[in-house]
Amino acid sequence: MNVLYGLLEPDDGEIIIDGSPRTFANPREAMAAGIGMVHQHFMLVDVFTVTENLMLGREGGPVLNPGAARKRVQELSSRYGMPVEPDALVEDLPVGVQQRVEILKALANDARFLVFDEPTAVLTPQEIDDLMRVMQSLRDEGKGIVFITHKLREVRAIADRITVMRRGAIVGQAQPHSSEADLAELMVGRAVDLRVGKAPAHPAGTRLAVRDLRVANSAGGIVVDGLSFDVAGGEILCVAGVQGNGQSELADALLGNIAPLSGEILMDGVSLAKASPHATITAGMGFVPEDRETDGFVASFSIAENLILNRSTDAEFATGLALNWGAIRDNAEARKEEFDIRAQSVSDPISSLSGGNKQKVILARELSRPLAVLVASQPTRGVDVGAIEFLHKRIVAERDQGTAVLLVSTELDEVEALADRVLVMYRGTLVGIVPPDTPREVLGLMMAGVPFEEATKVEAATPTKEDFHG
Amino acid sequence: MAEAATSQVWRERGRTAAITAGSIVLALLAGAVLMVVSDPDVITQYAYLFTAPALPLGATWAKVSNAYGALLLGAIGSPNALAETAWQAAPLICAGLGVGLGFRAGLFNIGAQGQAIWGSIAAAYLGFTLHLPPVIHVIVAVIGGLIAGAIWGGIVGFLKARTGAHEVIVTIMLNYVALQALSWLLSTPAFLRPGRVDPIAPVIAETAAFPILFRQLNVGFFVALAAAGAVWWLLDRSTLGFAIRAVGANPAAAGTAGMNVPNVTIITMALSGLLCGLAGVQYALGPGADLVATPLSIGLVGTVGFDAITVALLGRSKPLGTVFAGLLFGGLHAGGLAMQSIAQTPLTLSTVLQALIVLFVAAPALVGALLPKVKAPATTSLVGGEA
Amino acid sequence: MTTVDPMSLMDDAPIHLEVTESRAARRARLSTGGLLVALGAVLALLAFGARGDAAFALSDAFATVPLPTIVVPGMATALMCGFLTAIVGAGFLSGKLTGSLRTWAAVVAGFAVAFGFIAWAGSGSAFPFPVANQLSGTIVLATPLVFGALAGVLCENAGVVNVSIEGEFLVAAFTAATVGSITGSLVAALIAAMAAGVAMAALLALFSIKYLVDQVVLGVVLNLLASGITGFLFDQLIQPNSATLNAAPQLPRVAIPGLSAIPLLGPALFNQSPLVYLAVLAVVVVALLLYRTRWGLRVRSVGEHPEAADTVGINVRRTRWMAVLVGGLFAGLGGAYFTIGSTGGFIKDITVGNGFIALAAVIMGRWHPVRAAFMALFFGFVTQLASQLQSLNAPMPSQFLLMLPYLATIVAVAGLIGRSRGPKADGVPYTK
Repeated sequence: MNVLYGLLEPDDGEIIIDGSPRTFANPREAMAAGIGMVHQHFMLVDVFTVTENLMLGREGGPVLNPGAARKRVQELSSRYGMPVEPDALVEDLPVGVQQRVEILKALANDARFLVFDEPTAVLTPQEIDDLMRVMQSLRDEGKGIVFITHKLREVRAIADRITVMRRGAIVGQAQPHSSEADLAELMVGRAVDLRVGKAPAHPAGTRLAVRDLRVANSAGGIVVDGLSFDVAGGEILCVAGVQGNGQSELADALLGNIAPLSGEILMDGVSLAKASPHATITAGMGFVPEDRETDGFVASFSIAENLILNRSTDAEFATGLALNWGAIRDNAEARKEEFDIRAQSVSDPISSLSGGNKQKVILARELSRPLAVLVASQPTRGVDVGAIEFLHKRIVAERDQGTAVLLVSTELDEVEALADRVLVMYRGTLVGIVPPDTPREVLGLMMAGVPFEEATKVEAATPTKEDFHG
Repeated sequence: MAEAATSQVWRERGRTAAITAGSIVLALLAGAVLMVVSDPDVITQYAYLFTAPALPLGATWAKVSNAYGALLLGAIGSPNALAETAWQAAPLICAGLGVGLGFRAGLFNIGAQGQAIWGSIAAAYLGFTLHLPPVIHVIVAVIGGLIAGAIWGGIVGFLKARTGAHEVIVTIMLNYVALQALSWLLSTPAFLRPGRVDPIAPVIAETAAFPILFRQLNVGFFVALAAAGAVWWLLDRSTLGFAIRAVGANPAAAGTAGMNVPNVTIITMALSGLLCGLAGVQYALGPGADLVATPLSIGLVGTVGFDAITVALLGRSKPLGTVFAGLLFGGLHAGGLAMQSIAQTPLTLSTVLQALIVLFVAAPALVGALLPKVKAPATTSLVGGEA
Repeated sequence: MTTVDPMSLMDDAPIHLEVTESRAARRARLSTGGLLVALGAVLALLAFGARGDAAFALSDAFATVPLPTIVVPGMATALMCGFLTAIVGAGFLSGKLTGSLRTWAAVVAGFAVAFGFIAWAGSGSAFPFPVANQLSGTIVLATPLVFGALAGVLCENAGVVNVSIEGEFLVAAFTAATVGSITGSLVAALIAAMAAGVAMAALLALFSIKYLVDQVVLGVVLNLLASGITGFLFDQLIQPNSATLNAAPQLPRVAIPGLSAIPLLGPALFNQSPLVYLAVLAVVVVALLLYRTRWGLRVRSVGEHPEAADTVGINVRRTRWMAVLVGGLFAGLGGAYFTIGSTGGFIKDITVGNGFIALAAVIMGRWHPVRAAFMALFFGFVTQLASQLQSLNAPMPSQFLLMLPYLATIVAVAGLIGRSRGPKADGVPYTK
C-alpha cells in the first residue's frame, strides 16, 4: 500500500488509474492522482488542532487563514456525516475521532480512491460501526474504497468485492456472500504440511497456572482481560489468535516485563505476578520474545555474548564481577554445534546471521538451562523452512523433558504442527481451548471471536466453495 | 571484544582508522587555510599570485611549515616535549574514559566539566586541610575526588532513572551549578587562602601532590593509564560491563534478558562521574607548568569536560582508543604552546584542529566525499563502540 | 450489495469517556503547589534573620523626576510575602484554583517571592535597593538570552536540537566587533553578525540534517570550534591590531519619546539599545511566524511528526534547514549584543555560558517563543539581582542566585513542575 501512496517505490509492475499507467515518486503525486490513504498509524500531528492537521500541506497561501480552514472542516464534516470539533487538539480526541480526522484529511484533498489500512484494529465496536457507515456513504458518493483487514465479519458486512492476499500475493477473489468459513480457508490456506513427527504428549502436573489475568498496554487499554488457563509439564499449549489480540502483552506479563493489573501467575506453585524479568528467568522461565530484533538479542554483540545475555551473572560464566570468557566461548562452541548455528565464528556479531540462525541462537540460549516453563512467541516468524523444522523439533524435545511450553503463534501451520492443546484469544479474552485437530475453518472463526459451538455449526453449514474463482 | 575478530571486522577497523587519519589530514589543511588567511603578511603576497606565484606560495609554505613544525616539535620533538604531552593528556584521558563509558551505556554525559570541577574541589580541599603521611595523603585526596565526581554524576543517573529527565540537559545545567558552587566555596573561609581576597585556595600539602618523574611527567599519567586498563577490564571482562554495553546497545533486549536498566543507568553515570572526577584530581594534585601543584581557582580544570567529549568521540568510546585520542589532543595542546612561542601562531589553533578533527570523524560520509580514496565504514556509530 | 446491518457487528459494551483532570496535570498542580508552599515556608523562616528595615529606591540619583525611597520592615515584609506564597501554594494543592485565576495566583506568588526575598536580603543594608537599576539591568541581561532562546525555539520546533547557541553567539559577537571596527558602521556590523549566526547555523544544519551527526555531540563540537576560531583570530589578528580591528562603535541608547519620560519604568524600558526593541519585535515575529503562517505550521509539523508532514508532500529536510538558518539569524543578533551592544570590543569567550542559559529558557519556556522570552527575562532578573545583592552585602551568596536558572531547568526537566515535553521528533534525524 505504501507503494500505491508513493512512500515506497515499486520494484516492478505498474499502477493504472483511469486506464493510464502511473508512478508516484512521492505522496504529493499520489494525492494529485486522487489517491487518499487512511494509515494504520495515523499520520496526524498530535499537538495540532483538527483544523491545523487538515490545513497542513494545503494551507492556501503563506499566511494561515484559520477561519476559512475551520469552515472547510465543518463543511467536509457535515457533508460526509463525520462530526469533529475543528479546534480540538488531536491528542485529546478518542482514537475513533482521530481516524475521522485522518479520513477527512484524505477527503479534503478531493481523493477519489481511499485506501484504509487495517482501520478497525484500534477501534472500539461502536467506532467500527461508525466507520462502516462512513465507508458506505463514501461509496454511495462515488468514491472507490480499498479496505484492508483480516476481520472476516467486517469484510462480509461492507465489501462489494473481496480479494484475498497471503504473503504478498493474491490467492483468490470472493463475493461478500461467501461464507466466513470459506473466507477463513482462503485466508489461512492449505500450506505445506510441516507436521513434526512428534510423539503424543504425556502431560504431568500443572507447572504454569494463570488466573484472572488482566493486563493493560502502555496506552492504558485493557488488552488481556480475565484470562485463566493451565499448562502442564510435558505439553505444548498454543495461544492462537490474530495479531494484536493481547498475546504479546500476555507473554510480557508472564516474563514480568509488564506488571499485571490483577490476577495471578503461578510457576510450580510460586507466584510470579509481581516478579521482575530477572526473577522469572532465575526461577526457570525460558522466554523467546515475539520481536527478536528488538527484544531478543543485542545486534552488535557477538554470538557468544548473546548466548549468555540473560545468564551473564550465573556462576557458570562469572566469578564475582569477572566474566569467565573461557566458559562463555566453550558454551558458545557447544551451542553452535548442538543447534547447528551456521556461523563462521562465535565471535562474529549476531547481526551477520540469517533470521533462522539468529532465532537458533535465542532458542539455544533459552534451552541450555533447566526450564520449568518455556514461553515462545512467534518462534519461526521470518525463518526459512529448514530452520523451522529444526526449531520445532527442539521445542518438542523440550516438552518431552517435562517443561510446560506456552507457544504464541498467529500461524495456523505452526499451531497444527506443535500444539497439544490450542487456546484461542480474541480481544484479550479466551474464546476457547480446543484440540489441535480442530478444523482450520473452525479455528479461523474462533480467531474472529466466534465461540467453538457456533463456529462448528457455521462450518458444517457451508460444505462447498462454489463462490470462489481464484 | 575478547575473541579473535574475523576479516570482516578487521576491514571495518581499517576503514575506521582511515577515516580518523583522513579527518586529521583535512583538519590540518583547514587549519593551514585559517592560518594563512588571518596573517596579513602572507595574504598580501597573494597580490602577486599571477605575476610571481613563488612569492605567495613560498610565504604560505613558510608560515604553515613553521607552525606545524613547531607543533610537532613541541608535541614529540624531545623528551621534554613527550613529558609535556603525557602531562596534558592525563586529565583528557581520564575524562574521555568517563564520557566514553557513558556513551557505551547510551548516556550522553555532557557534564564532565562539572564532575571534574567537583573532583578538583574535593581533592584540593583534602590536599590542603589534612596533614597525613606522604602516600596515604595522596590516596585519601584521590579517593575524595573520585567520590565527589561520582556523586555529581550519580545525581544525573538517578534523575534519569527515576524521573526520565534527559541527561543532556541535566548535565549541561549541572556544569554551571558546579562552577557557581566552586566560585562560592572560594569565597568561604574554609577555602580562601589566608591573607587573600581574590578567589584562590591554599597550596596543597606536598604530601598530597602527585610525585614528579621527569619534567611534567608525573604519577598522574600512569594513574590515567591504569584507569584506562580498569575501564577496559570493566567493559570487556566484567559482568557489570556486560550489562552496561547491553543496556547501551539495546535497552529493550537488556531488560528482557533480566537486566535492571534503571540501576545500570545510575551506576554507569556514577562511574562516568568518578572518572571525570579523576580528571579534576589530576589538575588539583598534579604539577602545573611550573612543576608545583596549582592551587584551586576558578579556571583550574580549564575546559577538560568539553575536550573530553571530543576525546571520547575520537577514541570511539574504547579505552585504548581514548588513550590514543587523549595523547593526540594532549600533543596538540603541548605542541600548541611551542607553536605559540616558536612560530608566533596562537595556541588556540589547537582547539580549532581538535574541533575540526572530531567534526570530520563524526561525518565519515563527508570525509569519504572529500578524500575519494577513503571509504566510510559500514557502521558509523561514534558512541556505540561495539563495531 | 451487502445487506448485513453493521450494527450486528457490535459485541462489546460501550466505552464511556470521562473528562477528568489528567494524571499529568494533577501531578503538575500538586508539585507546583508543594513547591510554592515550601518556598513560602523558607521565606517565612528566613524572615526571622532579617536585620532591620529594607529600603527600596525607586529612582536613582540622576533621575529627572526623583521618586521617594520606600522603607519597609524587613522581617514583617518577608514574613507576609512568605505566607502569601504559601497560601497560593495551598490553593494549588486544594485544586480550587482554576483557569485564569490560577495564572494570576502564580503571578502574585512570583512577585511575593521576589519582593519578600529582596526585603529580607536588603534589610539592614546601608544602601537602598535600586529598583530602577534592577529593572534596567534585567532588560539588558535578558536581551541576548531572548534572541538565543528564539534561535533555540525555531530549531527545536523543527526537530533539530540546538546546543550550539553559545557558539553562534560567540562567532556573531566576534564578527560584529570586527566588521564594526573596520567599517565603522553599526548597520554593517549587525548584518555581519546575522550572517555569522546563519553561517554557524548552516554548519549545524549541514552536519545534523545531511550527515546525520548526533545533534548533541555536534552542538558541543561546534561550540568548541567557535571558541577555537574566534580565539585564534583574536590572538593572531585582532589583538595585535586592536586599535583598528577591535574598536567597534557601540549601539547608542534610543529613548522613545514620551514613553521614556514615565517615572521608574520609562528609563528602564524605553531608553534602551535598539537591540532591546528589536528583541521584543523578534518575539512577536517568531510567534506570528510559527503560529500564523504556512511556514510555521510546516516547521512545527516536521518537528513533531516528520512522517505525517512527508505524507502531505512537505519536504522535511528543506523545512528543517530553513528553520535552523532563520534561528541563526536571531542568534547572530543576540551575539552582536555582547560586543556592539555593550562596550564594542571583543574578548575571548565573551559570551560566558549565556548560550546555555538561552537553552535553559527554551526548555523552561516549553519551546514556545513568548514563554521562552519571559523565561529569558526571569533569568535576566535573577542574574541582575545577584550582582545587586553583592553590593548590598546581602546575607546570601550571589552564586546561589546565579545557580537558579540552571537548577530551575533541572527541576523542570525532572517533571517536578509538570512534564515539560519538547517536540516529539526533536533530535531525531529524518531518514526516509
